[in-house]
Amino acid sequence: MHEMSVTMSLMDLVLEEAAKAGARKIVGVNIVLGEMTGIIDHYVQANFELLSQNTPAEGAALTFKNTPRQARCRHCAHVFQPKDLAWSCPRCQSLEIEITGGNELYVESIEVE
Amino acid sequence: MEVKVLKDILNANNQIAQQNRKLLTGKRIMAINLMSSPGSGKTTLIMRTVEKLEGSARIAVIEGDVSSSIDAEKLGQAGVTAIQINTGGGCHLDASMVNSALANLSLDDIDILFIENVGNLICPGGFDLGEYLKVVILSTPEGDDKPHKYPLLFSQANALVVNKTDLLPHVGFDMAAFTRVFQGLNQQAAMFQVCGTTGEGIGEWAKWLMANLQKMRSQNS
Repeated sequence: MHEMSVTMSLMDLVLEEAAKAGARKIVGVNIVLGEMTGIIDHYVQANFELLSQNTPAEGAALTFKNTPRQARCRHCAHVFQPKDLAWSCPRCQSLEIEITGGNELYVESIEVE
Repeated sequence: MEVKVLKDILNANNQIAQQNRKLLTGKRIMAINLMSSPGSGKTTLIMRTVEKLEGSARIAVIEGDVSSSIDAEKLGQAGVTAIQINTGGGCHLDASMVNSALANLSLDDIDILFIENVGNLICPGGFDLGEYLKVVILSTPEGDDKPHKYPLLFSQANALVVNKTDLLPHVGFDMAAFTRVFQGLNQQAAMFQVCGTTGEGIGEWAKWLMANLQKMRSQNS
């Protein structure tokens, strides 16, 4: 829903990291994106193409590793992928669950020249 | 050449949020990030809270909206210090918006600062503002199925306020089912049932706020 502000932060972050590494050009960005962030990767891609024009990141390929939502049952420790409106443990039906994945939004690495 | 980064994309926001947190705790202000759907009763809850805590705590409000200053004006008419932030279409507040608003508040005259986020159960959950506590409000007409639709926001809350309890007989909100599901996701949060219109339940909520203000101040003294 807020892909533009996320992409602006992403741009700042990769340009800063590339400068730190003394790179001339960024050719790739590897992003880990959790399903529960609500961020849609192809909008980030489109925004990035726009924002990166005339910067060292122009033309960089964005790769998204999409991580699914994941939960752990606090009752029986079963780890599972909850479905909408059915967040009970599929093994013991407990509602006592802890969200353990799907909220990721970070840059794993960048490819630079 | 591959360069490892391993940094949150919202890293810059998180850093400004930390600055806000340091500034606020340094001034002994308890900041509360108030999140909910539009129309759940955030502004009304703040007004009832101000009335209840008159003489006990000085309250100010940072009012976040996509557009308009209706809520800030409403609070201003009731004598509450309120700073309006218009996000101009943005679906959430971020730490830098709050940082700018803090510069326009007289921080020595505030005990509790409510940061009324943009009405939205998704986006505000991703942005740390530098608050001390996160509070989620849900009004009964929205339905009891919301925690599993918006699990992130509900799992982050330090407290949950169920508002508009006067409508319970009319809207088919199953409080027992809701409580089971919510507490399954979030075992730490305090839960309050209030009615902003009649003032029912505001006393318990206000007591909780004062207890947390004291706790915060004893941690940072």
